[in-house]
Amino acid sequence: MDKRLAVTLSGWELDNPVIPASGTYGFGYEFCEFYDINILGSIATKGTTLEPRFGNPTPRIAECEMGMINAVGLQNPGLEKVISEEFPKLQKVFNKKVVANISGFAIEEYVACAKAMDKQDIVGIIEVNISCPNVRHGGMSFGTDPQMAAKVTKAVKEVTSKPVYIKLSPNVTDIVAIAKACEEAGADGISMINTLLGARFDLKTGKPIIHNIMGGFSGPAIKPVALRMVYQVYEAVNIPIIGIGGIASAEDVIEMMYAGATAVQVGAANCADPYACQKIINNLPSLIDKLNIEKLEDIIGRAHR
Amino acid sequence: MKKIEIYKVLSNKQLTKDIYEMVLKGDGSWVTNPGQFINIKVTNKFLRRPISICDWSEASLTIVYKVVGEGTSWLSGLRVNDEVEALVGLGNGFTLDDKHLLLIGGGVGIPPLYGACKQLVKMGYKPTVILGFQSKDDEFYFEKFHELTDKLYVSTNDGSLGLKGFVNDVMVKNDLCDIPYLTCGPLPMLKAIYKTSTQNGQISLEERMGCGFGACMGCSIETKNGYKRICKEGPVLSSEELLWTKD
Ligand SMILES: Cc1cc2nc3c(=O)[nH]c(=O)nc-3n(C[C@H](O)[C@H](O)[C@H](O)COP(=O)(O)OP(=O)(O)OC[C@H]3O[C@@H](n4cnc5c(N)ncnc54)[C@H](O)[C@@H]3O)c2cc1C
Ligand SMILES: Cc1cc2nc3c(=O)[nH]c(=O)nc-3n(C[C@H](O)[C@H](O)[C@H](O)COP(=O)(O)O)c2cc1C
Ligand code: FES
Repeated sequence: MDKRLAVTLSGWELDNPVIPASGTYGFGYEFCEFYDINILGSIATKGTTLEPRFGNPTPRIAECEMGMINAVGLQNPGLEKVISEEFPKLQKVFNKKVVANISGFAIEEYVACAKAMDKQDIVGIIEVNISCPNVRHGGMSFGTDPQMAAKVTKAVKEVTSKPVYIKLSPNVTDIVAIAKACEEAGADGISMINTLLGARFDLKTGKPIIHNIMGGFSGPAIKPVALRMVYQVYEAVNIPIIGIGGIASAEDVIEMMYAGATAVQVGAANCADPYACQKIINNLPSLIDKLNIEKLEDIIGRAHR
Repeated sequence: MKKIEIYKVLSNKQLTKDIYEMVLKGDGSWVTNPGQFINIKVTNKFLRRPISICDWSEASLTIVYKVVGEGTSWLSGLRVNDEVEALVGLGNGFTLDDKHLLLIGGGVGIPPLYGACKQLVKMGYKPTVILGFQSKDDEFYFEKFHELTDKLYVSTNDGSLGLKGFVNDVMVKNDLCDIPYLTCGPLPMLKAIYKTSTQNGQISLEERMGCGFGACMGCSIETKNGYKRICKEGPVLSSEELLWTKD
C-alpha cells in the first residue's frame, strides 16, 4: 500500500481514492474472480430501494462512442435482502467499509433506507441517488429541483449519524444551485455525476435500441462534462466531492482531483474491462512520480489555485 | 474460471456470404460446457462482443460468427497470427445428459450446438440434429454435423435445401416432438420449438450485454424462477422457466 494515495472523506481515511461506482460493481463479489477487491478505496454498492425491483425490460444496454447507455432501472433485491444477504456476502471478501447507494420514489423510502443503512457497520457513507434517470416516476424530480433535493437531504440527515453524500444528476440547468441546496440542508458531501440522459436508434429498423427508449449515458465520453461540473461545484461548496463520470485511467483520477474531487468513482469502465479499477490503482504511484506529486491529497482542487 | 486471455488467430475462414469460422490458439481448458461464451475486445469499441464457443480443445477455441455490424466486421478482417483479447469462462452452457438428444439450431445459433453434438457423440450418444437456414446459400457446418451423426435434418425457408419451412416443421414431419431438446437461434424459432415440442428444452438466449460477467444487470430477464442474468445464470435457460413475454 502506497501511503501517498490516501485520501479522507468526512473523517474516513481511504487507502486510495478509487471506488467502483454504484450499479457497475454489483455487491463486489463478482469481481473476486479477477483480483483481490481489498485493494480498492471502497465500493459503492448497487442502488438499493426499499422494495425489491426487477427494473426495466431488456434491451437495457446500448453501446455508444466511448461509452454506453444503460436502462437497468435500479434492479436490486430490496433493502431487507441487501442487508441480510448481500452485505454479509460482501463482508466475507471485503474488509473495508462501503458507500451504500440508496434510491427512492418518495421521501419516506429514502428515509427508510437511510435508517436501516445507519445501523450497518459495513456502511461508511450513505450515498443518496436523487438522480437516476431511468425510473419514470422517481429520481429525476428530486434531482432536478433544489428544494426537493434539499428536502431529501434533510430527511435523510435526520435519521442517520453516518456521513450523507448526495449524488447529483447532470440533467439540470444549474447543478451549482442543487449542490448548494444540498449543502445548506446538511449534506456531508456530494457525489457527481450520475448518467446523462441519452438514446440510440437501430439503423436498420429505425427503432430505439433500448426498450425504455431513453437511458443513462456514461463512460469516457462524458468525462469533460463531469470535470466541468465538479469544477463548478467545488467553487461553490465547502463539502468534499466524489468525482464520477468517465474515469477509466490513473490520469483521469488526477484530472478529476485537480477539478476538485477528493475521491473518484469508476463506473462504465468496469463493464468494458473488469480489471479497470485494479489497473488504475496500480498505475497511480508511477503517475504521481512522473507528475512530481508528493501525495494525492495535495492536488484536490489544484485547478482552482 | 473467468479471466482475460490473449489468443492468436490460427485461421479465419469465410463459410457463407456473411458467416465466418475463426480458430483461436490459446487456452481452451476453461470450457466446461458447450454453450458457454467469450466476450471479445474489439479495437475502438467500448463494449466487448459476446460470441459462443463452437468447438474447443485444451489449446484452442473455434468460434463461428455472422458479420452484422462493426465489431463482427472487424473480426472478419483479422488475419492469421493477429491477436484477440477476450474475457473467457462466461455463462453456464448446456447441461448434457442422456435425455436431451435433439439439437436444433437456426442460422448463427448453430455454432454452440456443434460443440454439444460433438460432446454427446463422445459420451456415446446418437443425437438427432435439425439445422435451419434461410436458404441453401446460407448453409454451413452441414458436413461437420454429418461426420458426427446420420440423424441430421435441414430446413430452409425457401426450400432450396432440405425441407421447405422451419425447424419445427421438421419436428412435426419426422416425429421429433417428444424428445427433450437443446436449441439456439432466433427468438421466433425458439418460440415455435417451445410450442411444437411436448418436452422440456434447454434454450440458449441472447441479450445486449454491458459487462458480460454478472456485475451490471444489463442482461437480466424475468423468469418464473425470478430474474436471471443471461451472462451468468444463462445464456442457457430451461424452456419451462421462460415467460416468453418478448415478441
Ligand atoms: C451469449 C451470446 C452468444 C452469442 N454467440 C454468437 C455466435 O456464436 N455467433 C454470432 O455470430 N453471434 C453471436 N452472438 C451475437 C453477437 O454477440 C452479436 O452479433 C455481436 O455482438 C454484434 O456486434 P457488432 O459490433 O458486429 O454489431 P453492432 O450492431 O454494431 O453492435 C452494437 C452493439 O450491440 C450489441 N449487439 C448487437 N447485436 C447483438 C446480439 N444479437 N446479441 C447481443 N448483443 C448484440 C453488440 O455487442 C454491441 O454492443 C451472441 C450473443 C450472445 C449474447
Ligand atoms: C449499468 C449501470 C448501472 C448504474 N446503476 C446505478 C445505480 O444503481 N445507482 C446510482 O446512483 N448510479 C448508477 N449508475 C451510475 C454510475 O454510478 C455513475 O454515476 C455513472 O455511470 C457515471 O460514471 P461512469 O462514466 O464512470 O460510468 C449506473 C451506471 C451504469 C453504467
Ligand atoms: S451483462 Fe452485465 S450482468 Fe449480464
